[in-house]
Amino acid sequence: MSIKDAVSTAREGDQIIIDGGLYFESNITIDKKLHIIGKNNPIIDGSNSRTDEVFVIQADSVIIENLQIQNVGPSFVKDLAAIRVQRKQNFIIKNNTIVGTMFAIYLEYAENGEVSRNTITGTESNVLSAGNGIHAWNCQAIDIVGNTVINQRDGIYFEFVNDSRITNNVCKDNLRYGLHFMFSNDDEYSNNIFTNNNAGVAVMFSKNIIMHDNKFFNNWGGSSYGLLLKEIYDAEIYDNYFNKNSIGIRVEGSSRINYSNNDFINNGWGIKIAGGCYDNNITSNNFISNAFDLSIESTINSNTFDGNYWSRNNGYDLNGDGIADEPYRPVELYNYIVTKTPEATILLRSIFLDIINLSEKVTPIFTPHNVIDNTPLMNRLYF
Amino acid sequence: MDKIFRYSFYDLIRGRWSISYFLFYLIITIVLFSFSNDVSMVVISLLNIIIVLVPLVAIVFGIIYFYNSKEFTELLLAQPIKRSRIFVGQFLGIATSLSLAMLLGIGLPFIFYGIFISSEISNFIVILLTGTCLNFIFVALAFIIALKNNNKIKGFGFATLLWLFLAVIYDGIFLLLLILFNAYPLERLALGLTLLNPIDLSRILIILKLDVSALMGYTGAVFNSFFGNIGGIFLAALSLIIWITIPLFFIINISNKRDF
Repeated sequence: MSIKDAVSTAREGDQIIIDGGLYFESNITIDKKLHIIGKNNPIIDGSNSRTDEVFVIQADSVIIENLQIQNVGPSFVKDLAAIRVQRKQNFIIKNNTIVGTMFAIYLEYAENGEVSRNTITGTESNVLSAGNGIHAWNCQAIDIVGNTVINQRDGIYFEFVNDSRITNNVCKDNLRYGLHFMFSNDDEYSNNIFTNNNAGVAVMFSKNIIMHDNKFFNNWGGSSYGLLLKEIYDAEIYDNYFNKNSIGIRVEGSSRINYSNNDFINNGWGIKIAGGCYDNNITSNNFISNAFDLSIESTINSNTFDGNYWSRNNGYDLNGDGIADEPYRPVELYNYIVTKTPEATILLRSIFLDIINLSEKVTPIFTPHNVIDNTPLMNRLYF
Repeated sequence: MDKIFRYSFYDLIRGRWSISYFLFYLIITIVLFSFSNDVSMVVISLLNIIIVLVPLVAIVFGIIYFYNSKEFTELLLAQPIKRSRIFVGQFLGIATSLSLAMLLGIGLPFIFYGIFISSEISNFIVILLTGTCLNFIFVALAFIIALKNNNKIKGFGFATLLWLFLAVIYDGIFLLLLILFNAYPLERLALGLTLLNPIDLSRILIILKLDVSALMGYTGAVFNSFFGNIGGIFLAALSLIIWITIPLFFIINISNKRDF
């Protein structure tokens, strides 16, 4: 009996157990409440059809678990997914292994669902024919927990998704972003690991996003970064760890954001702020051994940088309160020059630059006056 | 030549200078390793030492040795030996002993901390190779200056000035050019300018090995593709070799013409 037959003969609320084996099936539409569960590692292979998806969920409260789904797409005409949820609520997709599919899990107009502990591995090497691991479009209150997404286009993609949480996921080796937000508000992502993606995480055109306890590392390359913020308002970024990214956080046109308790270690730039960023507070972070800790491209600045630890600061603390007695200017002259003349990066680690940095530090003339940490810490913070 | 080379080489490696130079590198590298066990961080810290100190010590030590062994050199000149053999032999003796002190001083701690099983081995080799080249280049430059100037003070002055120019002032002019001609595509000019200065060339070679090139945007990409392919590496190596051979040629030429 094929899975398709089983689904069509089942009644509302039934449980379908798929036993181990290799099933070449696709275009299974689930139009009633079902609990589909795999036993003894069944593999469902979509390669018999190049234009169909495997599961399309068109009913509320569907659960799909313990399946392996493979070989769906790619197609340049349609976005093909292993599991697609269309306009339904209360779905659960968990413990599945999805290999070599264009999109793995595609949620459209879905609500109150859970996608958890799935392992998704893409096989594409071309960003044009690859799809996203977990793709959510126009959704509400989705939980994405404990998934591993490897080598897709975007690991997790959110567009018009509100009130959702992304926790404990691992996104690595993705061809574009580990996590990508567009036009999504009031979401939270935490305890995720983003590593070796082409360009880390991008959060764009979104409001009230909370980002905490994530690890961003080894997102390294010419146009790469750990986290990109573009047109973001009222976000909270705390307890994150940025290590070995070309740019820890790249900020463009984003305002009213609080950055606190983050570690920026061994990045090219810790934070690189382009124009149009106002009223951001950067407080209680560690900036350690970055090639450049902070760079600001605009002259108008209403952002504050107080109470951070800067490993480059060689200030002194006579009264022993842990706060350096002199304010610290995190933007060095060389940093300022590189912002104006990017070619000057080839003089990195030349002694000449150490000398002009020192002279600028003694009498600041060029570096922005208002980019200043009034209470720089003497010792690294541990969170 | 080999006799004179051997004589000055053994003379030098038994001397206090070479031993303390060796100990200096040994201690510095061990201290760096005690701060961090991360081999790549130690390589970065050593980069600064290599591109600043190696040329300075080589040029100063070359000058000192030349002036100090002047009487002995004049004695040798009275013998039926070719002049070029005497000076080239001495040059090789100094450059080799300095290089040996540096290679052992840096190399031993790295071997002890397991460079051979580390992925940083290629960076390590680039550091040692460029360091060795810098030693040879700056000892040769020291010899030219010393041969040209009988006056010790003048010789020292020129030597330190030359070091200051190549290590510091050159980069200042470089930066000034980059800023002034910001509106033009400067990648080729920048490439040319780095090939012309052995200190800059060494710095760039090491930096690119450390993958800082991702920070450099388009310029970095141009540099990386240039130094990343065989032709670029060949050209960089050629430039370093030219920086050794041309001064060597001058040493032979000047020493043949000079009236001692």
